[in-house]
Amino acid sequence: MASNRRGLPEINAGSMADIAFLLLIFFLVTTTMDTPFGISTKLPPMPEENVEPPEINERNILLVLVNTQNQLLINNEFNDITTLKNRVKRFVTKDADNPKKAIVSLQCLDATEYGMYIQVQDEIAKAYKEIRNDASLMLFGKQYLDLEESERDIIQDDYPKLLSEAEPRTKTGK
Amino acid sequence: MSKFRKDGKKSMPAISTASLPDIVFMLLFFFMVTTVMRPTELKVKIKTPEASEVTKLKKKSLVSYIYIGKPNDKATYGTKDHRIQLDDMIQDPWDDVSQIISFINTQRAAMQPADVPKMRVQIKADSEVMMKQVTDVKQELRKAQAYKINYSTTEKRD
Repeated sequence: MASNRRGLPEINAGSMADIAFLLLIFFLVTTTMDTPFGISTKLPPMPEENVEPPEINERNILLVLVNTQNQLLINNEFNDITTLKNRVKRFVTKDADNPKKAIVSLQCLDATEYGMYIQVQDEIAKAYKEIRNDASLMLFGKQYLDLEESERDIIQDDYPKLLSEAEPRTKTGK
Repeated sequence: MSKFRKDGKKSMPAISTASLPDIVFMLLFFFMVTTVMRPTELKVKIKTPEASEVTKLKKKSLVSYIYIGKPNDKATYGTKDHRIQLDDMIQDPWDDVSQIISFINTQRAAMQPADVPKMRVQIKADSEVMMKQVTDVKQELRKAQAYKINYSTTEKRD
């Protein structure tokens, strides 16, 4: 108790604020970091009744069917998910009349697994990314990701990603 | 010292900063409590598929979520089917999608009118979900004119 008489030297509490601020900033930053992500697409509007679908040359359609065993049928040929990317690339750049006309049509069965569907979507997206990157290197000599907004639009215009998903067939009884 | 105190004024007493940490801690706790990691409590188990070509959704407040997965509450909903969860509600029966349009409309109503066209719906589905269920949801979204969607995935690096 002898020391009490002299009084303890006061602990400098000024730095407490700094510590608390540090924590505060940590929370502020980390809570906003968690952004949702995934594959973004746009759904088509509901088809109007009595409107015939436009005629499209068969040459310009790549038909991708996914069955329940997660197998692929690309233009009626049995295929593997690993070959899909190159198949799409070849189709868009060579087989179709024009990359602007090339349509990838994706059809699933009711019992197809969603995971497989996403894999297929991902492979198609990869194919288009590589096609656009190649075009960007040809045209501008730059990677697609390094392009300006306006340049990117030109490439996207030339190589639009036309992914068509068939209207679900209405079946009676499951 | 004496040089600067010609007028003999007393120096200002130091303002005590001891309460500053308390203020900051109060702010800290406020943020800790109010920030929610997930907008709604997940009542279904979801393991999203992997994909590498992903886009980040910038404005979190413009994203609505539809969850599809195996329900946690096995006693009520069974283990067989994947369920659709909107907000906090698990849809019953499993293939019921009738609530989606009204769900989208309530989500829209809660937004600023200018933000409504920018709204995006994220479908968070388990990779084992049947496409039938996803297609049904997509059809309803088309009916609700919510065309901008996003399939939630986990990032794959290759």
